[in-house]
Amino acid sequence: MIAVERLTHRYGAVEVLDNVSLEIPAGGFVGLVGPSGCGKSTLLKVLAGLLVPDSGDATIDGRSVVGSPGRTAYMPQRDLLLAWRRTLGNATIGAEIAGTPRRQAESQARTLLGRFGLEGFERAWPAELSGGMRQRLALLRTFLCGHDVLLLDEPFGALDAITRRDMHEWLQQVLADDPRTVLLVTHDVEEALVLSDTVIVLSDRPARVVKQLSVELQRPRESDVVTSKPFVELKASLLEALRTGRT
Amino acid sequence: MRLGRGFRVGRWLPPAALIALLLLVWELSVRALGTPAYILPPPSAIVVAFGEVRPLLGQHIVTTGTEALAGILVGAVIGVALAVAVWALPLFRRLTYPLLVASQTVPMVVLAPLLVLWFGFGLTPKVVVVALIAVFPVAISTVQGLAAVDGEQIDLLRSMGAGRRDILRVVLVPSATPAFFAGLRIASAYAIAGAVIGEWVGASSGLGLFLTRSQASFRVDRVFVGVAVITVLSVALFGVVDLLARVVAPWQRAGREQEEDV
Repeated sequence: MIAVERLTHRYGAVEVLDNVSLEIPAGGFVGLVGPSGCGKSTLLKVLAGLLVPDSGDATIDGRSVVGSPGRTAYMPQRDLLLAWRRTLGNATIGAEIAGTPRRQAESQARTLLGRFGLEGFERAWPAELSGGMRQRLALLRTFLCGHDVLLLDEPFGALDAITRRDMHEWLQQVLADDPRTVLLVTHDVEEALVLSDTVIVLSDRPARVVKQLSVELQRPRESDVVTSKPFVELKASLLEALRTGRT
Repeated sequence: MRLGRGFRVGRWLPPAALIALLLLVWELSVRALGTPAYILPPPSAIVVAFGEVRPLLGQHIVTTGTEALAGILVGAVIGVALAVAVWALPLFRRLTYPLLVASQTVPMVVLAPLLVLWFGFGLTPKVVVVALIAVFPVAISTVQGLAAVDGEQIDLLRSMGAGRRDILRVVLVPSATPAFFAGLRIASAYAIAGAVIGEWVGASSGLGLFLTRSQASFRVDRVFVGVAVITVLSVALFGVVDLLARVVAPWQRAGREQEEDV
């Protein structure tokens, strides 16, 4: 379980997080939406152990992760693939840092290549992959880090709308096979609703929690779910919450 | 992926044809104008001279080549060390960067005699000349490479629990490698000429010595042989470094090749 307690942080004079608290049950999928630059990424960085907040705490299974990286699988907005490593080398990097023997890490990666649509591209350089493939490879790298908690920062933000919809269906399948605890940051309300069990709306900077909404739509949610009546109602109430969060 | 041999020939043919054409114009105009051979010999005479001196050249080439290679090696090591220090220590950067740039304004021809004075007539002063030439492009280029490392990639590695050594090995070194080779390529293009400058001042063997001797005896045709050999050696050295760069940093070509395919 992830618990964020009264997190407050400022960069110099700019206050980005204002007393943010939230909880994610093990195996849950929480979508975090909010206006651009509201501090969503900052929150992820705290959970990834990269940033020490001014006050407050973040724990995973009761242990604080503040200032102690290496306990979550973090996927930043940019794919950040290493240009000098082939597909397989990029996929296994987390395992390599964690000290997993290379053979083992590679065979594990190979079994997942098909699932991630990268079969036949084991030896390709990142420069030879398409945008969607790069993003899937970045996700594969995140999955292979060997942590239960995935922190995804706008993982599909750079993709076109059609590819993004495909990725939504695909990610649901992947998670159905291999359940993880996910915190997804996005500014796409539909994306958050399609993927999440719970959506949390943050306000403009400094971010505070405006609304928490559970999404009780049946899984797997296919792309046409977005036109269903309950979905549209959920979306309306999310947009309303976003509006009230803007000052 | 590969565009095959046809593509390669297509790339090499135009410059080769241009060189052939220039040599032909040279040959014909020297003959037509009746220019004396001690002023400007025709290419054919240079080929003949090459035949005469060929048995002598081997030793000179070995000497100059050794000096150039040793110089590049020393220069590259010092260049990388300087680059790392400049990159890691801001104070060191402020102290030495102007000095590093200023050092490049001293002409090697002026420095070479001093180096002979300090290091004698052996291999050392030549290696020093080449190393001094090589340090600058390698250091500057490597500093740029290190400065261009993606900070977010380092953060990503840190989030995985990577330590300093992991980050150095996985991100910093490979990320700066192409820039290092860009500097080394430039250094390699000047290395043979640098060794020759060193030999010009005083040597017992080497292409520089061959050139000064030929000049002293007004054998302009042999001077041209020397020039041609220096050119070929320089191009060869450049080619070797280029090849090395491709072997060590093969990803560099990945993106480009794909674009060529389209």
